[in-house]
Amino acid sequence: MTQILIRFLVGGAVVSVFAVIGDLLKPKSFAGLFGAAPSVALATLGLTIVAEGRSYASIEARSMIAGSVAFFAYASVVSLVMMKYKTQALLSTICAIPLWLGIAFGLCHLWFK
Amino acid sequence: MQIKVDASSFSQARWQDYAIRFLFGGLITAIAGLIAKQFGPVIGGLFLAFPAIFPASATLVEKHERHKKEKVRLRGDIRGKQAASADAAGASIGSIGMLAFAILVWKLLPNHKPWVVLVVATLVWFLLSILSWKLRKLV
Repeated sequence: MTQILIRFLVGGAVVSVFAVIGDLLKPKSFAGLFGAAPSVALATLGLTIVAEGRSYASIEARSMIAGSVAFFAYASVVSLVMMKYKTQALLSTICAIPLWLGIAFGLCHLWFK
Repeated sequence: MQIKVDASSFSQARWQDYAIRFLFGGLITAIAGLIAKQFGPVIGGLFLAFPAIFPASATLVEKHERHKKEKVRLRGDIRGKQAASADAAGASIGSIGMLAFAILVWKLLPNHKPWVVLVVATLVWFLLSILSWKLRKLV
């Protein structure tokens, strides 16, 4: 339970720092780079290295490659849909999450089976 | 287009906006740990690139840009959506840097000091993201 709480606090703090940096920058397409900051990865990997060791964290990083490809597709689709159909940000970003899940798990299945 | 620091969006934001992102960031980090514990590091690692705070951030960008236009009595709906779309386009460019981060950590972590690997991978993410952003118009 303590470890989960530490993960929550460290993760929240690291993600918030990158989010605040992104808020301060213009133009928005540049600020968006910080939307793809490896903030969750930094928080998670640091704690995982301490708890489980470097090899375990390295395997997580390998899977993150599939997650990153899925993130690229997810963000590209959200951007295109919002630009073309003028849909709301919340609706577009939430509805596209199954796309991330499908690509991430699909690549994981193909690559690591 | 020139890169600028604009503190106005920072002053427009309410504490709830930051609390939501802290909450989602904390939750996905905790959940990624639990998933890794339950299903192993292969599945858990996928969630290191999960767009956890992206919906909250994009919504915030849309809201701020809309309010800016409405302050000068213009309709801000379209501008808000364009800004959120540009933010998402930036995130897709940034994911190239994220991919490089993951590859570097995967390859270097087993044989190098962890803090050095994380610092180098973060710097590469940052520099590659900026380079990709600058080169985006050539593609």
